[in-house]
Amino acid sequence: MAIIEARGLTYIYPFAEKPAIEDVNLAIEEGEFVLLTGPSGCGKTTLCRCFNGLIPHFYGGRLEGEVIVAGLRTTEHPTYELAKHVGMVFQNPENQLFALTVEKDVAFGLENLGLPRDEIRRRVDWALKVTGIYELRDRAPFELSGGQQQRVAIASVLAMQPEVIVLDEPTSFLDPLSARTILETVHQLKRELGITVILVEHRLDLAARYANRIIVMDRGRIILDGEPRRVFLDDRVRLVGVGLPKVIRLYLALKRDEVDLGRAPLSPEEASELILGVLKSDRG
Amino acid sequence: MGQNGAGKTTLVKHFIGLLKPTRGRVLVDGVDTRTVSVAQLARKVGFVFQNPDHQLFSETVEEEVVFALRNFGFDEKTIRERVDWALNLLDLTEYRKSSPFMLSGGERKRVALASVLAWDPKILILDEPTIGQDAYQKERLRHFIIQLNQQGKTVIVVTHDIEFIAECEPRVVLMANGKIIADRGAREVLTDPALIKESSLVPPEITQVFIRLNDLGFPRKVLGVYEAKRLILERLRGGLHNERT
Repeated sequence: MAIIEARGLTYIYPFAEKPAIEDVNLAIEEGEFVLLTGPSGCGKTTLCRCFNGLIPHFYGGRLEGEVIVAGLRTTEHPTYELAKHVGMVFQNPENQLFALTVEKDVAFGLENLGLPRDEIRRRVDWALKVTGIYELRDRAPFELSGGQQQRVAIASVLAMQPEVIVLDEPTSFLDPLSARTILETVHQLKRELGITVILVEHRLDLAARYANRIIVMDRGRIILDGEPRRVFLDDRVRLVGVGLPKVIRLYLALKRDEVDLGRAPLSPEEASELILGVLKSDRG
Repeated sequence: MGQNGAGKTTLVKHFIGLLKPTRGRVLVDGVDTRTVSVAQLARKVGFVFQNPDHQLFSETVEEEVVFALRNFGFDEKTIRERVDWALNLLDLTEYRKSSPFMLSGGERKRVALASVLAWDPKILILDEPTIGQDAYQKERLRHFIIQLNQQGKTVIVVTHDIEFIAECEPRVVLMANGKIIADRGAREVLTDPALIKESSLVPPEITQVFIRLNDLGFPRKVLGVYEAKRLILERLRGGLHNERT
């Protein structure tokens, strides 16, 4: 069963002249790792806001079509109910952190769910450790760096253990090594707990290896939706102006010179293996 | 460049006088920053924050861009020209009358940049300008920085974006733990495994590929797609070479 479904979804922000997203149809199955990408202003964040009811309940505006999350029609259920199923990590962590300590921020959602104390304790400790910020638990979130704040936001959502986690550019403030670690962690959690992950990201080189599916949006519409290699090799992706990973560009450049690596690589490791393969077979 | 907490933002804040040195001194255009105000430095040094929301405050994009120009006492005609130019450059003309806060994250970043570029500072400091930007905007930014540089402007970019730096190939000042650990060309720094490790960076994608091919005699200091392609084709067509760099 699809954990998230959108049918004929069109949304216009209040006072806006044109829709931010238009005629979006998609179904996301449980356990998928979806990479959502597209040029600036294409509607990625708007679409994410539809998944937990912020649209339309918080943002108002006009919503056409329907969004069904964990069997619930989002227009008919309040955000606090939908938030149990869909956890969202915002683009700017300052927009979701508010407590006096990191620990309190991470515990907040769980307290609201009325979980027993020791369960809260366990989950908070786990979330803090998994995001590498256990030593920051007594610090004030607003005193932390952007990257540290992002980890707190991720921890607070992870602690809730919702079926779906939506991360809107969650590593943008993190250095590449930390970003890798966080994405690796999220991917691992997906594998272990079966969480559905929707990751909004421009930096496809970092995230492509984890996704089983890439959705490319442009000007409010879904342009491409499929398995990463297929999407990367589709001509339309270049027209949209999405940043293809360099290894994909290398694959394409070699292909144009009649050297076929055999498969479009989704990581430098894969690329070097494929290149080695071609060099060896050439010699032998 | 450098890891989070290495001191990059702290360092560049000294260049606009937001921070003053505890020891030693900072000279901007020959003037000791301790002897002038931030406002005086601001005329020469444009600073674009990492989080645009920390510097946007006007009701419309246009007003945001006009603000500094008016403060610096430009005449109305020049103000109009500069605003048009800045908005056009950053693809913001259609949002002229919009509230900056209605725009997407990436768009707000461009508004902040436009508002600083408008008064044409001699020195431009961009703190993580590529965060949240799509590929097209990054490409525009890259061309634009090169253009400014060619016009004689000094551009300082604080960034994590290895791929962006690999494409620009500028001078790289690498920091770790509050110290400068390297000050060399991008190609040298980004392909040096020891420096990469010490600063918790990740080598550029193509460099990562060639580090793994190093055993076959390929050079390690490879940054770009086309040089990578050339090296691979040479090997395939030229037979076995032993190029050790």
